[in-house]
Amino acid sequence: MLERSPVDSTNEDGAKVVMPTHEVSKGRHRRRATVAQLIPQASIDALKKLDPRKMIHNPVMFVVEIGSIISTYYAVAEAVGGGPNVAFLTAIAGWLWFTVIFANFAEAMAEGRGKAQADTLRKMKTETTANLLLDGEVRQIPATQLKRGDIVVVSSGEIIPGDGEVVEGIASVDESAITGESAPVIRESGGDRSAVTGGTRVLSDQIKVKVMSEPGQSFLDKMISLVEGAARQKTPNEIALDILLAGLTIIFMLVAVTLECYAIYSGGAVPISVLIALLVCLIPTTIGGLLSAIGIAGMDRLVQHNVLAMSGRAVEAAGDVNTLLLDKTGTITLGNRQAAEFIPVNGYSERDVADIAQLASFSDETPEGRSIVVLAKKFGFRDRHIPPDAEFVEFTAQTRMSGIDLDGYCIRKGAADAVTSWAEQQGGSIPEQLRPIVESVANSGGTPLVVAKDNNVVGVIHLKDILKGGIKERFDQLRAMGIRTVMITGDNPLTAAAISKEAGVDDFLAQATPENKMELIKKEQSQGKLVAMTGDGTNDAPALAQADVGVAMNTGTMAAKEAGNMVDLDSNPTKLIEIVEIGKQLLMTRGALTTFSIANDVAKYFAIIPAIFTSTYPVLDKLNIMRLHSPHSAILSAIIFNALIIVALIPLALRGVKYRPLGAAILLQRNLLIYGVGGIIVPFVGLKLIDMALVALGLAG
Amino acid sequence: MLEMIWIGIAQILVFTAILLALTKPMGTYIARVFKREKTLLDPVLRPIENRIYRVCGIDPGSEMKWTTYVSTMLIFSMMSVLILYLILRLQSFHPWNAAHAPSMSPFLAFNTAVSFTTNTNWQAYSGENAATYFTQMIGLTWQNFVSAGVGLAIAIAFIRALTRESMHEIGNFWVDLIRGCLWVLLPLSVVFAFILMSQGVIQNLSSYVHAMTLEGTRQNIPQGPVASQEAIKLLGANGGGFFGANSAHPYENPTPLTNFLQVLALLIIPAGLTYTFGRFAENQRQGWALFSAMLVLFIAGVSGIYWAEQSGNPIISRIGMNQALGNMEGKEVRFGISGSALFATATTDVSCGAVNSMFDSYTPLGGGIAMLNIALGEIIFGGVGSGLLGMLVFAILAVFIAGLMVGRTPEYLGKKIEGKEMKMAILAILVLAASILGFSAAASVTHSGLIGRLNMGPHGLTEILYAATSAAGNNGSAFAGLNVNTPFYNTVLGLAMLIGRFLFVVPVMAIAGSLVKKKRVPQSSGTFPTTGGLFVGLLIGVILIVGALTFFPALALGPVVEHLVMHAGKLF
Repeated sequence: MLERSPVDSTNEDGAKVVMPTHEVSKGRHRRRATVAQLIPQASIDALKKLDPRKMIHNPVMFVVEIGSIISTYYAVAEAVGGGPNVAFLTAIAGWLWFTVIFANFAEAMAEGRGKAQADTLRKMKTETTANLLLDGEVRQIPATQLKRGDIVVVSSGEIIPGDGEVVEGIASVDESAITGESAPVIRESGGDRSAVTGGTRVLSDQIKVKVMSEPGQSFLDKMISLVEGAARQKTPNEIALDILLAGLTIIFMLVAVTLECYAIYSGGAVPISVLIALLVCLIPTTIGGLLSAIGIAGMDRLVQHNVLAMSGRAVEAAGDVNTLLLDKTGTITLGNRQAAEFIPVNGYSERDVADIAQLASFSDETPEGRSIVVLAKKFGFRDRHIPPDAEFVEFTAQTRMSGIDLDGYCIRKGAADAVTSWAEQQGGSIPEQLRPIVESVANSGGTPLVVAKDNNVVGVIHLKDILKGGIKERFDQLRAMGIRTVMITGDNPLTAAAISKEAGVDDFLAQATPENKMELIKKEQSQGKLVAMTGDGTNDAPALAQADVGVAMNTGTMAAKEAGNMVDLDSNPTKLIEIVEIGKQLLMTRGALTTFSIANDVAKYFAIIPAIFTSTYPVLDKLNIMRLHSPHSAILSAIIFNALIIVALIPLALRGVKYRPLGAAILLQRNLLIYGVGGIIVPFVGLKLIDMALVALGLAG
Repeated sequence: MLEMIWIGIAQILVFTAILLALTKPMGTYIARVFKREKTLLDPVLRPIENRIYRVCGIDPGSEMKWTTYVSTMLIFSMMSVLILYLILRLQSFHPWNAAHAPSMSPFLAFNTAVSFTTNTNWQAYSGENAATYFTQMIGLTWQNFVSAGVGLAIAIAFIRALTRESMHEIGNFWVDLIRGCLWVLLPLSVVFAFILMSQGVIQNLSSYVHAMTLEGTRQNIPQGPVASQEAIKLLGANGGGFFGANSAHPYENPTPLTNFLQVLALLIIPAGLTYTFGRFAENQRQGWALFSAMLVLFIAGVSGIYWAEQSGNPIISRIGMNQALGNMEGKEVRFGISGSALFATATTDVSCGAVNSMFDSYTPLGGGIAMLNIALGEIIFGGVGSGLLGMLVFAILAVFIAGLMVGRTPEYLGKKIEGKEMKMAILAILVLAASILGFSAAASVTHSGLIGRLNMGPHGLTEILYAATSAAGNNGSAFAGLNVNTPFYNTVLGLAMLIGRFLFVVPVMAIAGSLVKKKRVPQSSGTFPTTGGLFVGLLIGVILIVGALTFFPALALGPVVEHLVMHAGKLF
């Protein structure tokens, strides 16, 4: 505290940093640097990455770099010694260097996208000034000096200097810098809307915010390191794949070394440069070169969908999820129910029920209440005037009903048991037919509201859940992907069963509480399943932490956001489905390119082996099934193909393999056909074309 | 002559049908044995089993973690090597020494002791000259049983690890070893020995018979307890012949019927184990998937060798000799091309190493296929237990790739395949490739390696390659044409056998240790099914790609060049 120096700069500095936020377009996708804009920086970075200390993290490409250095030495030695093969050896060394650089370029391209975004965010962070409230005085300090527990005052037009909870006041906040959504949101002290994020701007009013994050660990910091790829750690699956690739590299090194022995046995040693060319062609450089780009691009795709994953592990887990827990409201159904029907009892008519229900609902500003007013209009009740002496009765959690007291009579509507007991208190009797009606409405998934006028029960309003459009198809897709969906709802089991049947979910948890939600997660996990869920409230936090993939809504509390391993900036619970797809896509892209990379080797063998041994055993030319022009052109074609294929596949690595919600077997069949069989065939064609080009250019030797 | 070819093909088809029919009963029986369920032999064998436990102080109820299991197995095997080494070194003191065999040299004794303990049965000696009856019965036949028993035990332990969950123990090595030998290997061997004897295989402890041939030369006809060793030689995928000529010798393999039965005996336990696997997994389709992959590769091998040998040598055809019977050089007339091709494929697929014809005289491609069979990892049915083990490693690799391709962390039988499993699987595959390529490369450029060759050029390279492949793959068959009873080869190939067996088993059992702890994730439609044609195809693809990529250059410079040169009119 003592080290802080008051800053006398005006708030205008703070206001200026709002500027970048205007560049963010409204909607889901933020504006991004185009590919062409990224190329210059990526090219420079690709060269910087040649530093062996960085290369060693990628064993496959490190081997290529070592090979490049050795073959450069031989090319130089040949030039100095005046040997005949200078052009050939130089070409080998050159293309080996290109192979490494292309791989680095792929990584730099993937990183480049995030970098621009990170720079904008970082600028916002460093230029913000905080109004620190200390001993009743306001002092201005740079936002970077804020500590956990500090209280700051933020007025309209100012940037919120750090993550925290609103402890006093209410304000509208523009969160577009973080979420890309320009419509302002309300933040107020207490409840589930108290969390604010550093870097967002207060549009109106003034709030006091208690800072909840340590310096350097704020949401903005996480976001910066995330989009930059700096915090990227290798995920378990990536590590396993790395091992496979390293293992294959060692096997091929063995192949190359022992080949030299067999060659000496057969009477003609192979030049080291050619041996290195063979080695580089065989080791899985395609996937080795693109692996980190795929990972970065995968995280980037999540950011594009406005989801922040706190770790790559969570993204991978998303691809493996067996069970999705989905909140009914907002995910499966629209946020509110609507009146669908008036059912009269006690000899009243439908019109009577509409009349009385509408009167009861005039003061009810909830969407449900309004839908009752609207439905009643169909019975001709329009432009009614409420007597001035009418007294509205608000809904409370205790009474569980609302209504109106008019001149001479009272009307109540609400939960069946609440309203019936109210009517009974007034001395009324409950008609026999009411119970079956209430139950049938509940059984059909609706919510029955009972309407009573004084001691007479008039009828029942049927409130219905409205399913989100296309939700049933989404669940069908999920089922095809092998994912079980469980609907979480506070409704009673009968209602829940009806809705889950209508929506097509596999199972439901009715009368959900934080405790039984947690229990459900643990039960699923004990069967070896991975569970994903979304949540926003503080009481969701334990379940979010327990779930393998916990997606917190950005509108949610700080506790929820900290417990989850992802935050959805759009606060759209349906997003979970897309997260699962992105997770799967990430793995699939790796798998597809690995298969492709290994399958490529077949053609390369058929190019290089005959080329190497054609002088020792001329009959081996029979294996030159591509009829490549000469041994030199064959070897060059192979390494050129090997280098160019990396560049050719950068777009695929960044975009990801297309995911379709199909069963695993069909998916595998498709991908094996495209990347396995395709991986065998493509290089045969590619090598031949490059060879023809070399001949045409007079470079075939 | 077309008729002959059809008869040959018919023999191969009938064989496949019988193998298919026997797989289920064999596998069911093995599963019952290792699940300690009731079997018909219990009244006889249970008392013996219990007595062994009592005498050796084994508590059959206690189970071991993978580390204990493997180290117990290693200590047992090393003790076996030591004891067998001593037996071989002290042959001059043996009773029943009809061959008047002297004690073996240190190098040969090391090589032979390692060879029989690792279930390789590479023989750098000829049994009729260099081994006493005591050695054959007490030293070698004993090892034939227990080395196969060790293989069986390890495979069962691995299967347990895959099918149990949230545990640490994978079984008791001693119980598995003893039950495997007593219930599986011993009864089958007794029955098979009697069948062989009925066909004329000898079983005696007589002195060698001295005979005068029609040309008037004196001939020493070796005798011995052949049938008893012959039965386990095949059933245990051992392959060490009583005689140097192995199953080409009329006392070992007298008739086309014994030949047929011997091939069947080779494959019956490894094939049955796939069914046992399905039993443990409580999903027979899992077992049949592995069986199918093995069968496809087996049939491909038989067809390839049959085609290559039936086509014969173009140079011989060119000089006007009738080759309608195919390339009969080095083959027994009583077996013909089909009987030889069947035996050659089976013995190289199964890591047995018994031979009924000489590979050195095969066409280059025929011999090349035999070598590739071994180089693929002895997984096409493979050795007793070790074959299934190797196949499961490839299944894990295939599942890993499949999992990536469908966007899901890979699972096999519901067990997640992660970094640790991949590391060990890759290590196991690497060990095999490294020892085959490394030892053959070393031999191909050193004086001591080159000096033993009888042939030059690519054929000579094939001989060296084959020796290293056979030793590292624990096959034990020899291509011949290479004098391997030298200090260099005895040492190098001995090391290759040790590495191929134990350095392979340790990482694979580490996988078992890791998998047994994991929970089984329930199947869903998002899980890639490891049953069915697609998986079988993928598995075969992975095996062939890994094998082809690793051995293509070596094969190209050996058999492939030789084949091309032969068609250009040159032999080596």
